[in-house]
Amino acid sequence: MIHSLFLINASGDIFLEKHWKSVVSRSVCDYFFEAQERASEPENVPPVIPTPHHYLISVLRHRIYFVAVIQSEVPPLFVIEFLHRVVDTFQDYFGVCTEAAIKDNVVVVYELLEEMLDNGFPLATESNILKELIKPPTILRTMVNTITGSTNVGEQLPTGQLSVVPWRRTGVKYTNNEAYFDVVEEIDAIIDKSGSTITAEIQGVIDACVKLTGMPDLTLSFMNPRLLDDVSFHPCVRFKRWEAERILSFIPPDGNFRLLSYHVSSQNLVAIPVYVKHNITFREGSSQGRFDLTLGPKQTMGKAVEAVLVSSQLPRGVLNANLNASQGTYTFDPVTKMLTWDVGKINPQKLPSLKGSMNLQAGASKPDENPTINIQLKIQQMAISGLKVNRLDMYGEKYKPFKGIKYMTKAGKFQVRT
Amino acid sequence: MDVGFCLRSEAAGAMRTALMSAENLQLTLKAEPSQEERALTHTKRGPEETHKAGNEDLKEMLESNKESLKLEAMKRVVGLIAKGKNASELFPAVVKNVASKNIELKKLVYVYLVRYAEEQQDLALLSISTFQRALKEPNQFIRASALRVLSSIRVPIIVPIMMLAIKEAAADMSPYVRKTSAHAIQKLYSLDPDQKEQLIEVIEKLLKDKSTLVAGSVVVAFEEVCPDRIDLIHKNYRKLCNLLVDVEEWGQVVIISMLTRYARTQFTSPWKEGASFEENNEKAFYASDSEEKSERTEAEAYVMDPDHRLLLRNTKPLLQSRNTAVVMSVAQLYWHLAPRHEVNLVTKSLVRLLRSHREVQYIVLQNIATMSIQRKGMFEPYMKSFYVRSTDATHIKTLKLEILTNLANEANISTILREFQTYVKSQDKAFAAATIQAIGRCATNISEVTDTCLNGLVLLLSNRDETVVAESVVVIKKLLQTQPTQHSEIIKHMAKLFDNITVSMARASILWLMGEYCDRVPKIAPDVLRKMAKSFTAEEDIVKLQTVNLAAKLYLTNSKQTKLLTQYILNLGKYDQSYDIRDRTRFIRQLIVPNEKSGALNKYARRILLAPKPAPVLESAFKDRDRYQLGTLSHSLNSKASGYQELSDWPAVAPDQSVRNVEVVEPVQEWAPSVGKTKKLKSDDKFYSDNEEEKAEEESESSEGSSSSSSSSSGESSSESEEQSSEESDKTSSDSGKSSSGSEETSSGSDSQQKKKKKTKKAPQKKSKTAAASSDSDENGNGPVVKDSSSSDESSSGSEDDSDSDAAAAPTTQQQKKSDRKPGPKVKSEVEVSLLDLVDFSPAPTNAPKGPVVSPSLLSDLEGLSLSNTSSTMQVTAPSFGPVKTYELLHHMTGKGLSAKYHFPRQPCLHQPGMVAVQVTLSNGSDRSLEEIHVGDRSPASLNIHCFNTIERLEPEASVTVSMGIDFSDSTQAANFQLCTKEDGFSVSIQPAVGELLMPSSLSEQDFSREQGKLLGMNETSATVAMATANASSQAVKQRVLSVANVGEVPSGQDVAHR
Repeated sequence: MIHSLFLINASGDIFLEKHWKSVVSRSVCDYFFEAQERASEPENVPPVIPTPHHYLISVLRHRIYFVAVIQSEVPPLFVIEFLHRVVDTFQDYFGVCTEAAIKDNVVVVYELLEEMLDNGFPLATESNILKELIKPPTILRTMVNTITGSTNVGEQLPTGQLSVVPWRRTGVKYTNNEAYFDVVEEIDAIIDKSGSTITAEIQGVIDACVKLTGMPDLTLSFMNPRLLDDVSFHPCVRFKRWEAERILSFIPPDGNFRLLSYHVSSQNLVAIPVYVKHNITFREGSSQGRFDLTLGPKQTMGKAVEAVLVSSQLPRGVLNANLNASQGTYTFDPVTKMLTWDVGKINPQKLPSLKGSMNLQAGASKPDENPTINIQLKIQQMAISGLKVNRLDMYGEKYKPFKGIKYMTKAGKFQVRT
Repeated sequence: MDVGFCLRSEAAGAMRTALMSAENLQLTLKAEPSQEERALTHTKRGPEETHKAGNEDLKEMLESNKESLKLEAMKRVVGLIAKGKNASELFPAVVKNVASKNIELKKLVYVYLVRYAEEQQDLALLSISTFQRALKEPNQFIRASALRVLSSIRVPIIVPIMMLAIKEAAADMSPYVRKTSAHAIQKLYSLDPDQKEQLIEVIEKLLKDKSTLVAGSVVVAFEEVCPDRIDLIHKNYRKLCNLLVDVEEWGQVVIISMLTRYARTQFTSPWKEGASFEENNEKAFYASDSEEKSERTEAEAYVMDPDHRLLLRNTKPLLQSRNTAVVMSVAQLYWHLAPRHEVNLVTKSLVRLLRSHREVQYIVLQNIATMSIQRKGMFEPYMKSFYVRSTDATHIKTLKLEILTNLANEANISTILREFQTYVKSQDKAFAAATIQAIGRCATNISEVTDTCLNGLVLLLSNRDETVVAESVVVIKKLLQTQPTQHSEIIKHMAKLFDNITVSMARASILWLMGEYCDRVPKIAPDVLRKMAKSFTAEEDIVKLQTVNLAAKLYLTNSKQTKLLTQYILNLGKYDQSYDIRDRTRFIRQLIVPNEKSGALNKYARRILLAPKPAPVLESAFKDRDRYQLGTLSHSLNSKASGYQELSDWPAVAPDQSVRNVEVVEPVQEWAPSVGKTKKLKSDDKFYSDNEEEKAEEESESSEGSSSSSSSSSGESSSESEEQSSEESDKTSSDSGKSSSGSEETSSGSDSQQKKKKKTKKAPQKKSKTAAASSDSDENGNGPVVKDSSSSDESSSGSEDDSDSDAAAAPTTQQQKKSDRKPGPKVKSEVEVSLLDLVDFSPAPTNAPKGPVVSPSLLSDLEGLSLSNTSSTMQVTAPSFGPVKTYELLHHMTGKGLSAKYHFPRQPCLHQPGMVAVQVTLSNGSDRSLEEIHVGDRSPASLNIHCFNTIERLEPEASVTVSMGIDFSDSTQAANFQLCTKEDGFSVSIQPAVGELLMPSSLSEQDFSREQGKLLGMNETSATVAMATANASSQAVKQRVLSVANVGEVPSGQDVAHR
């Protein structure tokens, strides 16, 4: 299915290639480069590019293009999903997925790719299994290996491959048994000029970090499961149980994993945590523009709004911005015309504001559109939808684990049109 | 401190032991008899000298004694491979390490091997024995990875070894190994498609496997190798449905899409004819699992097949999968298979996917776009999810726009239009232009808002951005055309703007509007024309053309004012650079300006130019995408991708449901691979019994109506039956006698074929005796020296001659006629096909092509027999062993319609003894007939070719098979010659495989060894493959060798020496 994989960096160099069937010349990437040239932005390169003999399906992450070469019909999502899984795995192994990290660990990368696909069909993509096959490189292990001559490569078939719970390896042992769950919700919203909400929805995930000995069987129940409108599970969750009782019952993988992602039903009104007062104007004829922005907390249920970051793509005609921030720092990149303002925590007593003037290119006409403002923020210890975990129980093992649950709300794609 | 010290001393100890073991290993490696190694050192010399320092150090490291150095070197080599640098000259040095005990080193060597084996086939063969040994390891992981690598080495010579390994692995007790074998099936198939039949059997067997691990992989193999063999699925359908949830996610995707196809052929449509589903879908929304009989009472009650329901029910939970590809494939399954009102189930999940990565969004949006055209209701509640954000990539934006436009209806249009207003102002101008198009589509689709849209668009005409204005003009033009009411105001407005617009498409559109509605703006139009006359020469072509049009139309309606202008423009156009414009000008002039030469056309000029024109239909670009299965690559590209399987229409009547019933659950038999000979034999037995079952089935089939079926099978089978016999011959002693009786037996078998399988089994046994009979006498055997040896060969040659000349003269028809005449024997031979396919389980060839054959006499006997009655042209003359391999000689693209394929019939050439017979099939893929096809110039000039007679004429779509003789002079040099038609000549070349050059003949063991002594060292072509002793059942080996080359076996006393 997947014939070959090429990794291309931002400057257009192919820095890694891997073939699972017969070799495909790297000249096939020329078609990709053509498409890249046609696209104005790196994101605009179409994910599927047909060439006379092959099809190129690409994914852009961390400014690296992962280009898969396909020869015949295959669901494109299949390939895309797989490529993303590859990136996730790299990230898992090396901490970051950058060109440097990949180049430094090229052997591990190659070994991983070799295990992940056989003849172009995914073989092992589960992180637990891969880690048994190829141990992630750490400084200590590298040293030990050089001295003792032992290797990073497992000799036995990973236990997970054959069991009914392929995601969990057997023989897990911890001295401190702990299970942490993070409920993270993101608000996607579009706010229009006048401040009214055009669309807003809440998406949430529950990420888990489970370090438990043996084969624990966990159940997690919610106070208000009705809130969850649409869910997708990690394969470990027993779907029948959820259907019948709205309880999450599962044997967890070892380590970090995403247990659940959900969508909160759209009937519920979404609380918008911040408001933005803005006044961005360009006067006809003059080469000056005014910029005035004030942020304030709205419905936060008494929690503080932190890590606020405002960014805006100013019109092309803007040469520079001369602004004054009452709090935090701002930067303006004159090349990309990107204005970012790192606000930090919003103090309800003293609202942060950013005021000043913009200079336009001489002779440039007034831009037709005012820039959109993107906002990032964090609210700790609160799930904005009101979702609450009721209890977490463990069966199958005797010890008492340490349990913890953390809630957080973030802004997802939160845009304010001005 | 203490701890540190401890660690260090421990480490030092470990290192010492490691080194020791490494050295031991080195020793053992050295100790191993190494013909291989010698070969290696030989081949190494060449490149080593030529290549400069570059990889020299790597080579040294690889050859050092230290494990760590080797590993380091391998890591660097892998680094080279990753960068796409060529590291192939290290091949000999690397391959030596394939047996290393260090698992990481070994793995890296595997990586290297898989990458370069294709380029260095001979050297790659040296590693095969290591894998064969590893296939017997007790550790399942090692077995599996050995099979993985073995099957990934794309060296055609080892196809038989792969086949055997796959078959064994398919019966392994570890599901992981079985899974690997399923993957290997595809690899082997892509390497050698001729193995298809055998592979299908393995697939069939693996399909029965109950392990969830295997299910996904085997379905992939099924889809790749034999997607049309839907009959293999029947029995496994329910099992697959039930296992589906537990299969790993990638397998789920493949299984679901396969089951979609399956269901479309097996169940009747759940969609009621003509019923409007849109209305009542809300009601039935959640009543999914009940079998919904109640609402269906009105018309002919549709009851869903329980199996159909099973599929829908079992896939539903997968909508909750975290894998987007799984969700999408379930969505498409529901879209294509579920009753209309149940499709809505998937909406939510699809919308959820929009939260995922950009690329995922892109594909999902494409599919939603297609769905939303047919089923607005599905996505309307989620309209807001498709609102565009300024941070979206352009192609995402356009797709969202597309969907919003599809969703627009009377109720929500105002919301959508308000949203569009924001988009029009976007900084992304391409997107703004697309929005204008979308507004145009909304305006035509929803008549209530047409005027509003039009007004909005007119406002946009004063926009500062050119592309926006231009796009507006084009859209307004289309809108006005659909509504030719009183819109003269707008036209006037546009005329005013005309001077400021520079985009040629927009200018052309305005000019066209002027011309079309010139009666509405009688004052302005001539003025515009006047301006155009001034700037005519500076305009773009498309504008010039419209100017000429405008002039012509005005001339007809208002000739008083515009006559001179028109003539001026026509004169300018006459001398324009573009021939299009010159043409148009000339045409228009003749049409409108009356003169003596212009005929009747002139009278109709008005009617021609000012005819009412139908309005263009503005529709979605996704309108026709639904012809492709959703979620596929073809759908995404809107063009058929290679390997795309059409989704068939629902059958009117459901095929028999009972085929899916599984009566007896056979326990899957598993054998530990390392158990040796007895077990091995047992598995063989199983193959045989399989054979027979299959055969019995096919017997009945073939007897029904096979006389018209292709004659190729008959030929093949007759030859293959020998295969069977020769194999069998080993069991029976090699005593000689009554050759004829054997063949008679077969013919009589043909009458009584339906009786019992045992009968046929007996027949070949007897035949084998005949085979042995002729095995005395006769010298020779090596090289293509075609000396007709055994007497029986001669006896048949006459008849072959006939058939050959027939072939040249009137091939296809003749063939047809003959086979029609004698249905009897034909049927018989088909029966054998099935039998033979199974026989090819393949052991390792030892020392491949170097010896004469046992069976030609028998062959020719049989041949003679069949020739006398049936004789299909080429197959009868083809006593080839195993399936005939066809090569492409000339592709129809390069050959301007003429395509040629060739194969070696493995038959003594009739024209000259030194020649090798080649059958060339010429076919005409063009739409005209080709004439005088013949062989032209050849090179090397000395090349001796016996050409076929010139073919006078080849009709389109027809094909002809001709035979040629080529003297390759015992070399594998390609024969280049020209294939000419009346007009063209195409250079082609035929490259023979060594095996094809050989001539089978039979001789006794003594003779053979004598001959061998003479020939030693001359033409040795060896494919060395160590053979696991367990496999050394001699018939199997023979089988193997036969399929590689056109040789046979010396009946030998020593069981081990197969040549």
